[in-house]
Amino acid sequence: MSDMHQHSVRFVRETMLPEAAPPESGRGVIKWMRANLFSNLSNTILSVAALLVIYYLAVWALPWFLNGVWDAPSIRACRDLLEGARGGCFAVLTERWNQLLFGFQYPSELYWRPSVALILLFVALAPVLFHKKFPRKMFYFTAIYPFVAFWLIWGGSILTPIFALLGFVVAYLFYARYVARSFALGFLGGAAVALIVWIVTGWFPTEGIVAIEAVPSRYMGGFMLNLILGTVCVSLSLPIGIALALGRQSDLPLVKGICVVFIEFVRGVPLITLLFVANVVLAYFFPPGSSFDLILRVIIMITMFASAYIAEVIRGGLAALPQGQYEGANSLGLNYAQSMRLIILPQALKISIPGIVNVSVGLFKDTTLVSIISMFDLVGMIRGPVLASTEWNGVYWELLGFAALLFFIVCYGISQYSQYLERELQTDHR
Amino acid sequence: MTTFSDPPKGAFQLSMLLNDTRYRSYTFQFIALILLIAAFAFLGYNLVVNLRAAGLNISYGFLGESANYDINQTLIDYTSQSTHLRAAMVGILNTLLVAFLACITATIFGVAAGVLRLSNNWLVRKLMAIYVEMFRNVPVLIWLLIIFFVMVAVFPPPNAFRGDTPTASMIAGAFAFTNRGVYTPLPIWGPGSGVLIAVFVASVIGVFAYRRYATKLLYDTGKLLPMGWPSLVILIVPSILFFFILGRPVSLDYPSLQGFNFQGGLQIPGSLIALWFALAIYTGAFIAENVRAGIQAVSRGQSEAAASLGMRPRRIMNLVVLPQALRVIIPPLISQYLNITKNSSLAIAVGYMDITGTLGGITLNQTGRAIEAILLLMLFYLTISLGISAIMNIYNNSIKLKER
Repeated sequence: MSDMHQHSVRFVRETMLPEAAPPESGRGVIKWMRANLFSNLSNTILSVAALLVIYYLAVWALPWFLNGVWDAPSIRACRDLLEGARGGCFAVLTERWNQLLFGFQYPSELYWRPSVALILLFVALAPVLFHKKFPRKMFYFTAIYPFVAFWLIWGGSILTPIFALLGFVVAYLFYARYVARSFALGFLGGAAVALIVWIVTGWFPTEGIVAIEAVPSRYMGGFMLNLILGTVCVSLSLPIGIALALGRQSDLPLVKGICVVFIEFVRGVPLITLLFVANVVLAYFFPPGSSFDLILRVIIMITMFASAYIAEVIRGGLAALPQGQYEGANSLGLNYAQSMRLIILPQALKISIPGIVNVSVGLFKDTTLVSIISMFDLVGMIRGPVLASTEWNGVYWELLGFAALLFFIVCYGISQYSQYLERELQTDHR
Repeated sequence: MTTFSDPPKGAFQLSMLLNDTRYRSYTFQFIALILLIAAFAFLGYNLVVNLRAAGLNISYGFLGESANYDINQTLIDYTSQSTHLRAAMVGILNTLLVAFLACITATIFGVAAGVLRLSNNWLVRKLMAIYVEMFRNVPVLIWLLIIFFVMVAVFPPPNAFRGDTPTASMIAGAFAFTNRGVYTPLPIWGPGSGVLIAVFVASVIGVFAYRRYATKLLYDTGKLLPMGWPSLVILIVPSILFFFILGRPVSLDYPSLQGFNFQGGLQIPGSLIALWFALAIYTGAFIAENVRAGIQAVSRGQSEAAASLGMRPRRIMNLVVLPQALRVIIPPLISQYLNITKNSSLAIAVGYMDITGTLGGITLNQTGRAIEAILLLMLFYLTISLGISAIMNIYNNSIKLKER
């Protein structure tokens, strides 16, 4: 033993060995594939099946898409151009583009007006959606946007939206002046003042003063109609939904009863029956001689429908708040209106955002149902004037695929935004 | 020293109605009541005046009149001489039929997609994500139309099956897919088939009894009985035995081509299939999300703890994760069923005669009784919705965590 020690040299390694490369199968694409696609037998079978599905979809869809004809006057011309090869006839989209977007009755020289309204919609929504990135002053534009959009899309005298706006401005001024004294006084007084303004200005002759060409409601159509119905009904149903949710939570049995019956009734019937009501029944309930056009009646019914769903979502948010928040607000001496406005609703609405977005997406999709009561929205246009025309009878895939794509873009965009917002609003530090 | 005293008991003043919290709620409710009555009075008055101006009245007599229209798919006897009420019944049954079929199929699609979305396999995960996003973000009406039009375009017309060199042929000599619908064999229940059905029901009960016994044995002694193949044997073998013992009481009526169309067998109209499939695949995407959320709601520690006890992945899923996940999954699942029932009213877009198509469609147009027909229609859907909600509440209460 001692012999061995005499010959041994003391050795201490001072530098690290360079890392050896992992074996070929343990890195890069191969490792990833082994871990994620072929980790065991059932996984491998699944992978192969999935690949087969993708392969068949690609084989079936790619030539159809790549051979597509984008420029032809009719489906027969399309088929002649294809010469028997499989391919989509996308010419119908280019040919009927304006009809699909604006309906077949909207005057073609006025297409720029709804287009501008759509662009302005994004400008108006920007400060609402991304309130950190845009100056607060843009909210002023958001406030006047509904009136601008109305004027652009429907046309007519500029005095109509200005008078409507005037009522809201006066009401807001009244509310801001008196809300400190009592919320009920500010709110109800504001509403009364606005009503007075509208009645007084209603006597004004608006005919032809600073007017652009008026477009009647029945000319609205195409994807524009879906967008109008979607935005108008969602924005109207939010305040109504909040009111219904608060009513359902209220201690007053009568108010609670009314809200419960309304919500449960509306949620219990399909939207189509409500649209039937708008189409054939609702007119009976208006004062004789008054004429509400179909689009307005549909807006009323869809708003009712959406507000019941939004009310349920917000009720969930209200119920999810810990009881301590309500008690804390009470112990600060806040009255009902104050505690709701300052403590409860900001938190409850924040919790409800994902649900509200879900309802909005669902509602926007449901606007296609108006095609069943023969309004010419995007689906109505496809089913009616486009497919029924002699040129394009039989082009199903391309048209419905296009409609699906448009809806997908909007709805997917909204749901992605909602996820972003949830991350943004997360105040608990986890 | 301060003392607390009761608030001063002044005489009742009118201002207390607004400022005193004891009376204020009565004031508000009184105002609400007045507004409600005023609104109803206003609407009712308008209705009466408008109806009188149009020379109409409210009457349900039309339900007893002859309907004078045909329905292509009926589950009960119906001719065009039947009453409107009968037509509405046919519609109700058709609604329930398509809703029932779609609920089952949607659950299968949804559970499969939801579980596969959590799979380890990257490719499958992404495919399922595409499926879910694609169907959730596009209106069901568009899917319905796509499926309907595609069926009409892809399947051959019945006369393609004719002639010496037909361009289309029946699958296994029993199933014919045409653009008018699908023709399948129809079972004919001969004498003795009652016994067969009884045997089948008994074996279904037997399967449940066996499984319950196996579970009890597992909990009592730890002995594990096989579940899969004995269940299958109990389910199938007695029925097959009795089928031959009783001398084949059930025979099949095959569809066959006669003239320009198929005769015999069971005809499932294309509109039913399109609606069924569209509702199932659309709602399946939503159910998939519910299932995924439910499984993810079970904390990881649960499955890790089960794994550390030495359980296999399958058993972890069946015994630990799923029972807890079901608590989260089932309430939204039932509201999806409700959505299917309500969305089945889209039948009118493809011409399937459900209650919206009969009562709210042709009956309404023929008789002009809009208010009555739509009221009955709403009542039907409302009954179904409230019924399902009631069941859901009972279920929710029964599975609620019993907290101390």
